Amino acid sequence: MSAAPLTSAAAVPVLEMRNISKTFGTTRALSNVSFTVHAGEVHALMGENGAGKSTLMKVLSGAYTADAGGEILIDGKPVVTGDPNKAKENGIAVIYQELSLAPNLSVAQNMFLGAEPSRFGILDRSGMRSQAEPILKRLGLGFSADTMVATLSLGERQMVEIARALTTNARIIVMDEPTTSLTTRETDRLFEVIASLKAHGIAIIYISHRMEEIYQLADRVSVLRDSAYVGTLERSDLSAAKLVSMMVGRDLSSFYKKEHSAPAGEKAVVLSVRDVGDGRRVHQCSFDVHAGEVMGIAGLVGSGRTELARLIFGADAKTSGTVVLNGRELNIRSPRDAMDAGIAYLTEDRKGLGLFLDMSITDNVNVAVIGEDARFGSVLDFAKARQRADKAVSNLSIRTNSTSINVGALSGGNQQKALIARLLETRPKVIILDEPTRGVDVGAKSEIYRIIDELAREGIAIVLISSDLPEIIGIADRALVMREGRIVGEVKAAPGAPIAQEAIMTLSTGSMTDKVQEEA
Amino acid sequence: MTTIQTDSKAKNKARLGSTLTALGMLPVLILLAIGFHLLSGRFLSVNNLSIVMQQASINTVLAAGMTFVILTGGIDLSVGSILAASAMVGVIVSLWPDIGMLGVPAAIGVGLACGLINGMIIAFLKLPPFIVTLGSLTAMRGIARLLGNDTTVFNPDLPFDFIGNGSLFGIPWLAIIAIVTILVSWFILKRTVLGNWIYAVGGNVEAARLTGIKVPLVLLFVYAMSGLFSGLGGAMSAARLYAANGLQLGQAYELDAIAAVILGGTSFVGGIGSIWGTLIGALIIAVLSNGLILVGVSDIWQYIIKGLVIIVAVALDRYRAKGLSRT
Repeated sequence: MSAAPLTSAAAVPVLEMRNISKTFGTTRALSNVSFTVHAGEVHALMGENGAGKSTLMKVLSGAYTADAGGEILIDGKPVVTGDPNKAKENGIAVIYQELSLAPNLSVAQNMFLGAEPSRFGILDRSGMRSQAEPILKRLGLGFSADTMVATLSLGERQMVEIARALTTNARIIVMDEPTTSLTTRETDRLFEVIASLKAHGIAIIYISHRMEEIYQLADRVSVLRDSAYVGTLERSDLSAAKLVSMMVGRDLSSFYKKEHSAPAGEKAVVLSVRDVGDGRRVHQCSFDVHAGEVMGIAGLVGSGRTELARLIFGADAKTSGTVVLNGRELNIRSPRDAMDAGIAYLTEDRKGLGLFLDMSITDNVNVAVIGEDARFGSVLDFAKARQRADKAVSNLSIRTNSTSINVGALSGGNQQKALIARLLETRPKVIILDEPTRGVDVGAKSEIYRIIDELAREGIAIVLISSDLPEIIGIADRALVMREGRIVGEVKAAPGAPIAQEAIMTLSTGSMTDKVQEEA
Repeated sequence: MTTIQTDSKAKNKARLGSTLTALGMLPVLILLAIGFHLLSGRFLSVNNLSIVMQQASINTVLAAGMTFVILTGGIDLSVGSILAASAMVGVIVSLWPDIGMLGVPAAIGVGLACGLINGMIIAFLKLPPFIVTLGSLTAMRGIARLLGNDTTVFNPDLPFDFIGNGSLFGIPWLAIIAIVTILVSWFILKRTVLGNWIYAVGGNVEAARLTGIKVPLVLLFVYAMSGLFSGLGGAMSAARLYAANGLQLGQAYELDAIAAVILGGTSFVGGIGSIWGTLIGALIIAVLSNGLILVGVSDIWQYIIKGLVIIVAVALDRYRAKGLSRT
């Protein structure tokens, strides 16, 4: 093994990137970034979306060639850039956000995909298995090399990706937001694996937006902003305030904006949900939401929050229960019915289920209301559409040069704002926001909180589904907690005292913690 | 605000970009036409261009319908068979004394009905379009043969023969119909709510549903349009030939229609594309057929060359599109 000792920073760093710049046309995606990683350390890389993290990692993995003048040194020796195969040979492996496994192949086949051991072109199945098993064992995984990837959970698939990296003797593993779709338990499991990789002298570059993870894992944190390197913090110097101000370039004194006042019960009930369920993942859920209130729904991933929202919105068929809006019982059979009644739903998966990435911002903002605006019943009114889009861009401060560019070209935060704009065009009375700040950078997050706060002040009832507890505590007036498809409790904010994080955690894990997470 | 100043610039750029994509294959078309003229010396004559337009017309109409379908991410393999059945019905009805003109609406009606059936199965039973229309490709071929007892039906006094052989101000009626079809399709796709929904469904079907778009209705519409245009194509073929044969008419027309749509830059997975591209694609195919004959290339080599040109043209287009998006 070539594992370097875990000790000092004085040793030759396993990876050094020097003066890396990358220009696309006239856009500078990276300018003079230098960055050092030692063997056996977890080096977190932070920055807002678009700060240049992904570009830097693509230069490292060979997907992009760095501009002249930049160099990459492995063990102190310069290596060729811009060649993915060379990068792999040099021990660099990247685990992407979108997992790249073939679901209908076995774990072993996936681990050796593209580099299958073979004899005269015939797959050496037993050789593959015997090489795969020790790696799986080393990672302490509970499935065999013959398991079909399709039968594994997302967290397990991520482990397969890590195992794949180990088959090529990777010494530097890049993990890009690895926990986004993992349950708490799977995340813990990942962290154990990371610790064991560290102990074997493997360097980990860890990209994440989640502060708690950074605190838990990182030995050092480097921050990028606007394509440039800002600085590196040692573990001992870490603080949220420091990190955020490095990322944003200014102090975020009021990150969570909450100026709307919680209605004190006597305000009108807008949405009333009674005994809604689908007989499988959601059971007898009941709650009321008042005008001008932000009501959070907390719970673990897989606890049925999204499923409940989809039942209310008519995206899936409910088998029991009623939905009452402003005192009138609704017969919702499709999303169209819900929207006509005044309920809007922001999906948690904006790219997969929300936006039309190849259509313009204008089209995306207007798609739900073009029918209303049309002349002679069906002829599009472009002037009106442009007006609505321009208004949305300025009201929600969507950053773009033009409303006619494709929404897919926007950053995550601006895409999310465009999607919120679409909902607002339908003039909803209730908005269900499902993970509105997922995959969104710090600056855009705070703007989305401002938007939510304004909507509440206008008297719209808001249901906020979120896995980000500080977010619920920061902007919601009260929170329901779901577990195993049921609403198991409610936590209220008292004047001067915010919602108690402890109470939410206790409710959402319950007494059967392990089982819940297993199912999730 | 500075954003407003850059706004119009960016808008112009975006507009230029989309025009370029739509016209992507135009240079290929022009080069082919000039090439054939240089080789044969008579390609670019008024007379020959009129023939090319006639040859392109039926495929253009079918390809227009196919564009609707492919924009939703679907496919319609049954257009050639529907065309054959519609043409049979058109000629048979035209033989009825006094009301022979009804052959045209009858043909179109048959096409529409077939398209509606395809659409209902795909939209409401949620079966894959490839399989449904593969089935109707076979079944409709059988029905077309059944209609004439597997013989050719003739009508030397076809009352609507002007469609196939007449012209207005020197432009063949077939070409006029094709152009009107393209204009109507353009209007629906770019100027109506329905058109916007077609692009939305092709771009992201689940997002379309969650936005309140009635996806099954959109699907029903596109297959109905494809059927209707196939029926129209049937009437056009019948008018041109004074006859229809259930076995031979429209064989492999679906392939030419699909080729025209793809040559025109429409994405096979849906959501991206334009009707003007389809027109250019259909013209390229007609120019190739006509030009190769003029140059005296044998039938066998025509197939080989046409196939290769389609592949090379699309490859060039993809390569160019990539280059554009990078700058």
